Amino acid sequence: MNAAYNQLVKDLAPKKFSWRGNAWVAFLVLIILIGLYSYVQQLRQGLVITDMRDYALWGIYISNFVFFIAVSLVGSLITAILRLSGVHWSTPLTRIAEIIAVAAIIMAGIAIIIDMGRPDRMMFLFVHGRLQSPIVWDVVVISTYLLISLLFLYYPLLPDLSILKKYVPTSKWYSKLSLNWTGSEKQIKIYSKSITVLSVLIIPVAFAIHTVTAWLFETTYRPGWDSTNFGPYFVAGAFVAGTGAVVVVMYVLRKAYALENYITDSHFDKMGKILVMLCLVYLYFNINEYLMPTYKSTEEEAEHLRSLFLGEYAWLFWAAIVGGLVLPVIVLLFPKGRKPLPMLIISFAIVLGAWWKRYLIVIPTLSHPFLPIEGVPESWRHYSPTWMEWSITAATLAGALLIVTLLVRFFPIVPIQETAEERGLTDEHTLNNAL
Amino acid sequence: MEKEDNSEQKSRRNFVEQGLKAGLLTVAGGALLAKVFGKSKTTESTETIELMSTDGTLMQVPASAIEHAHEKKYAYNPREGFPNRKFVMVVDLAKCRNAKKCQSSCNKNHYITGENAWIKIYKMQDSEKSAPYWQPTLCQHCDEPACVKVCPVDATFKRRDGIVLIDNERCIGCRFCMAACPYSVRIFNWSDPWQGEAVENAEYTPDYAGVPSKKGTVDKCDFCPHMIDKGELPHCVSACPNDVFSFGDMYEDTVTNGSGQSFKLSKLLKDRAGYRLMESLGTEPSVYYLPPSDRVVDFEEGLENYTEFKSVDKPEGL
Repeated sequence: MNAAYNQLVKDLAPKKFSWRGNAWVAFLVLIILIGLYSYVQQLRQGLVITDMRDYALWGIYISNFVFFIAVSLVGSLITAILRLSGVHWSTPLTRIAEIIAVAAIIMAGIAIIIDMGRPDRMMFLFVHGRLQSPIVWDVVVISTYLLISLLFLYYPLLPDLSILKKYVPTSKWYSKLSLNWTGSEKQIKIYSKSITVLSVLIIPVAFAIHTVTAWLFETTYRPGWDSTNFGPYFVAGAFVAGTGAVVVVMYVLRKAYALENYITDSHFDKMGKILVMLCLVYLYFNINEYLMPTYKSTEEEAEHLRSLFLGEYAWLFWAAIVGGLVLPVIVLLFPKGRKPLPMLIISFAIVLGAWWKRYLIVIPTLSHPFLPIEGVPESWRHYSPTWMEWSITAATLAGALLIVTLLVRFFPIVPIQETAEERGLTDEHTLNNAL
Repeated sequence: MEKEDNSEQKSRRNFVEQGLKAGLLTVAGGALLAKVFGKSKTTESTETIELMSTDGTLMQVPASAIEHAHEKKYAYNPREGFPNRKFVMVVDLAKCRNAKKCQSSCNKNHYITGENAWIKIYKMQDSEKSAPYWQPTLCQHCDEPACVKVCPVDATFKRRDGIVLIDNERCIGCRFCMAACPYSVRIFNWSDPWQGEAVENAEYTPDYAGVPSKKGTVDKCDFCPHMIDKGELPHCVSACPNDVFSFGDMYEDTVTNGSGQSFKLSKLLKDRAGYRLMESLGTEPSVYYLPPSDRVVDFEEGLENYTEFKSVDKPEGL
């Protein structure tokens, strides 16, 4: 019994990077450094280094921000919603989901600061904030969600940290961070109550962050954004993007840390089924979002929709809809499609499609204002991001991956204590301590 | 008043004086009361002044009974605006032939160095079979401004006198106001504006947009409070050679064009079927348009001036 337990701790305890891990970190740091260089240029010269102008006034900084917000929602789905519905198979995935959520919400905050013309005045949002502005709502909900997500990552870590304290006696950090967790009955009671409270709390906040982000667009009059469907449409899309991201990360970690015993084929199978459902829900909202305006085809909507369906964005649009939603659903309906490798490929397509879908939500609308685009250089009519814009955006993505990588380096990816409990394994020491 | 040396300026001054006095009629009662209570310091004189009442009739009033209501008796606050005033503009589309003097004057006086003017003259054609026309378009100074609603830091604000301004020392550059504005009148300083030392070192007030502009903040038409303050018309109004623009005060029900002719606002809008842009959005603009019917100018004439990709002439060497 104890041997099995020790094996479990050994399997799941964080490990030093191999050369591959180090190379990966170096690669991410390089991308971030290039992005930092571009950002310094942006601070010096202004947003002129981007291809945004008075008509295409928002670009990939904003669509990337929406993408991060979307991905961050998955923490609440996998951990809170599944936990509250009494699902146990998802236990090994909860920490991955929470880590992704924390990384994504941090980078969402950074992405929005990157877009600001005057980041030096960021404090004005707090000093002079006006409650009727959706941006202030976003500031409130994003910081709340970040806080709850951090707690949601941290609380379930407590028992694991106390296990690691014994397993890695050289590190003082595990001991400090474990907050004297002994696993006593009293502690467990507070612990499980806190997690249940957090699970309940995080769901409305998660819905709020993405609904408010949808409202940033919906509160304007512009065709393509002026839609009552936007809130649920964004939330549905967010679950798809985040779940796709979790599958990609769980595949990579399983391979890198040989976790086949913990993250099994069955996990991929079940995540595949969840993805089918989420994609179908998102498709349903897409149909609502595009079909009804097409049916009416008012002058302004028709111009916008034509550019998506047949015009300059058609390739991107159909690739995102078919490659990022329809094809995945079809493949995932077959059990063979839900094996780990196909799941990786499909999830990657879903995440990529989700990123470009945000681009398609933000950018095309801006090139169809109510009044004609006149009196500005011809290049202002089209938006194609500059390499500096791309490098900054790539740096935010690398930043999110770096946060995930570092958290994985120092904390157990699969919850040790919970897995042990589910397998009926106990540490005699812990047992003695508790008694 | 100083000696007038320029007839155009003179007529403008006249407008302002007339306008002020017309507005004073409402205050005249108060002035008389003040007189009764012996507070008036002016001595009686026989000089009279002609005033127009709100229903459009002219009357003679002794000059001594008049008190200037808009004189600064208090600390003026650029966020509050001029008290008891509501500025309004009328754009007569029947007169516009795309001379673009409004644009060049605005660009010059606001030291616009970017590539997007604050006032633009669009080539419009509402439907295939209807006639094309020129539509000068500036900030509509809406009474329900979408831009002000979404601003997270109160950088863009609506004043009591109807003017919507931007405080570019407050603006954080999120550009949400630009996304919200359906009239595409807001421009962003994507880079340093490089307006020259004199402008860049000028003391900033939201009352005079563009002096100086700041990198990373939003700019737009300010309805020229700095000119109103001097008793003059906005730059675009006085620069227009065709009297397309009239500017005035809704409470006085009077607007005046660049040549100094005054009109009764309500009558003008009624007679000429005035309208506002995108009324259905509920933004309640302060700029009215008179439809381009019975045109006094040729649309084609304006075509030679039409520059699809340019609205700001760069000074030499830039």
